[in-house]
Amino acid sequence: MTVGEFSGTGALIRLILRRDRLLLPIWIALPPLFAILVVAAFVSLYPTAASQQMLAAQIVNSPGFVALLGPVSSPTIGGLSAWRSGLFAAVIVAGANALTVIRHTRADEETGRYELLGSGAVGRRAPLSASLVVTLGADLVIAALVTAGLVAFGLPVVGSLALGLSFAAIGWTFAALAGVAAQLAESSGVARGIVGAIFVLFYLLRAVGDANEQSGQSWLSWMSPIGWMRLVQPFANERWGVFALFLGAFIVLILVAYALASRRDIGAGILSPRLGPARASQWLRGPLALAWRLHRRTLLAWAALFAVYGIMIGYLATTSAYLLAANPQLANLFAHFGGASAYTDALFTLSLTFLGWVAAAYAITATLRLQSEEVEGRADHVLTTAVSRLRWAASDLALVVIGSAVLLAAFGLPAGLAYGLSTGNVGYELPRVLVATLAYLPAVWVVAGIAMALYGLVPRVSFVSWGALGAFVLVELIGETLQVSQSVLNISPFNHVPKVLVSGVSLMPLVSLTLLALVLVIAGLVGFQRRSIG
Amino acid sequence: MRGLSVIQIQNLTKYYGKTLALDSVDLEVEQGEVFGFIGPNGAGKTTTLRILLGLLRKNAGKVSVLGGDPWRDAVALHRRLAYVPGDVNLWPSLSGGEVIDLLARLRGGFDQSRRDELVKRFALDPTRQCRTYSKGNRQKVALIAALASDVELFILDEPTSGLDPLMEATFRECVAEIKRAGKTVLLSSHILAEVEALCDRISIIKEGKIVETGTLTELRHLTRTSVSVKTRRQITGLSTFQGVHNLTVDGASTRFSVDADAINPVMQYLTKFDVMALTSTLPTLEDLFLRHYELQTGESAQ
Repeated sequence: MTVGEFSGTGALIRLILRRDRLLLPIWIALPPLFAILVVAAFVSLYPTAASQQMLAAQIVNSPGFVALLGPVSSPTIGGLSAWRSGLFAAVIVAGANALTVIRHTRADEETGRYELLGSGAVGRRAPLSASLVVTLGADLVIAALVTAGLVAFGLPVVGSLALGLSFAAIGWTFAALAGVAAQLAESSGVARGIVGAIFVLFYLLRAVGDANEQSGQSWLSWMSPIGWMRLVQPFANERWGVFALFLGAFIVLILVAYALASRRDIGAGILSPRLGPARASQWLRGPLALAWRLHRRTLLAWAALFAVYGIMIGYLATTSAYLLAANPQLANLFAHFGGASAYTDALFTLSLTFLGWVAAAYAITATLRLQSEEVEGRADHVLTTAVSRLRWAASDLALVVIGSAVLLAAFGLPAGLAYGLSTGNVGYELPRVLVATLAYLPAVWVVAGIAMALYGLVPRVSFVSWGALGAFVLVELIGETLQVSQSVLNISPFNHVPKVLVSGVSLMPLVSLTLLALVLVIAGLVGFQRRSIG
Repeated sequence: MRGLSVIQIQNLTKYYGKTLALDSVDLEVEQGEVFGFIGPNGAGKTTTLRILLGLLRKNAGKVSVLGGDPWRDAVALHRRLAYVPGDVNLWPSLSGGEVIDLLARLRGGFDQSRRDELVKRFALDPTRQCRTYSKGNRQKVALIAALASDVELFILDEPTSGLDPLMEATFRECVAEIKRAGKTVLLSSHILAEVEALCDRISIIKEGKIVETGTLTELRHLTRTSVSVKTRRQITGLSTFQGVHNLTVDGASTRFSVDADAINPVMQYLTKFDVMALTSTLPTLEDLFLRHYELQTGESAQ
């Protein structure tokens, strides 16, 4: 290792700050904002110590909630807030760190931007170092903001600091993991896939470990950095030693990443890409076949995730049903809330809300694939052949429409089946759960319609579709805890989705949402056919 | 003899926002010719081609391609033409062979044996994923897909950028074959040697305006021959000639450039000074280009 390998790091840091001057503040602000929002909600909803203890007891006794978000470390505002905001922070901070590192290392190499820099006085370790410095710095700012925000609400300083640092630590871990993945894979897409899969694995380890803590499987949580976040126990007996685990993992990962960076050629990965066929197969002959070819890997990966989640929720519903049957005290407690079936229905409904957002995020990505094809010039190849603009766009949209249905069914089928098997009534539970899942489709299509309308009419601001989804999620999150007027709630299409498990199917909102989606898509298609390409 | 028009552009004007990209462009490409469209980067070549392909909307003017309106009849026209963009980006996860077959199929007819022959001639490994191709290899994929298609018109936007000299020669052979088959080629380029070698007629575009159009011979009349001459006696009085430029006299050696229509009287005058050696260089397209820049800087200086 020589100093020369790091030269140019300072210049690259400035370049990253310039390129990410809009993104960086957004993902730095989100976790502290959410944490503060959660504290505010708990303070207003559970003002007394007794109500806080009651809520904590309910959570700890329901394996579903423990698996989803982990157990509550202390029955106080601090403990409850740490419990509620932990998973969200893990997703945002880990995701943003990983995406930022990959964007400024592998993605730059892949697009050839790095060649410009690499031919200057820039060492081979400089891009990785610069992106790590920026992400680690951003994580520290997050930690500081979380600490300051919670202390301002009167929470204990030590606990607030522990929670803030746990956010930063999960960020560091995933920044370093992304650093390794960026050395391994030759494409940034594969690198992102590797990191995503590891996140899911860590989440599942923690979920299973936490849910089965009593039966001595908590060691599973100790295998997962996402588990470590909770094991820090903010606002209880803070275990500062857990941060040594984070630090150790971080150092090992960084050393591996640097070692790999020094061993490989610029542009090459450690995993070598496979060769493809010399000729196209017979079915690859139209824009729909091309769209399927481009979508299929992503779609199958998402479907697998949804299925895993469905199995998990189905399994949890099962376990909680058994637990309630075996534990009369607990069953009594839940009788207040409408009994065991009401509890599992609520668990499914909560999971579905979250799932609807994720499916909508998929729909936006898949719709805006049209735009990345256009911007990167690949659309030109297709649109200068005998393929009309309408056929090209419609091929992609067909996969968005069908793909989002596949995703939701990939959750609903295993979840309904597992739950039905546990209650012994598959014929009743499976269709019920599946219908409840698919009821989210029209709302997801509306979000896809917004993306298509923006892309067709004003492609420069198509990213606003992400803003719209963010607003819908925010409205739902706030509406869940604070008093918000119905007219504000109504702007979110998700708010119109009938809660099938709780109150049955109602067709009107489903039909209206579908029509709205159709109008948006047609507006987008008309605009797209009238404007210039590229 | 003039053939049928394959491409006709009259008064074509295009704005990007408030920036004028094309300013009343006129262009006509006839059937069976290889037409060169040259100009510096950013002059409006690609914009013109993208309007011909129906990808961009025009602001004013008349455009017809193969007898149709490129915006309205896009799909029908695209069956009869093949396009190679200047900056070829491919789908990273598809192999080169898959892209060639797909694009050729989307266009309609394509000749399998011609495709295989082209892959061999351009020395392309069709099994590699597109993400691993260099710029030159991506260019080859797009070229092979276009050249294997059975179409009447080829629109090629700087098709050899990134190709090595060997492959450039292969490309020139292919264009010659297309021409022999009676097909039409519109070739945009800033590589002047390529245009000189391939094209029957050329248009020069500069800052959105066509500044010259004609055959190479016609255009050469517009420009000057460079002359370098050694005489026994020092030359005097040449500077008063109409059509003599850039005169430098260094004892026995004299250099100047001369307009096409002044060559004859100047040569007669030179013999008076007892010529020992004389070299004259035919104007290249580079000279044509540079001359236009000189004219422009001359204008702006005034």
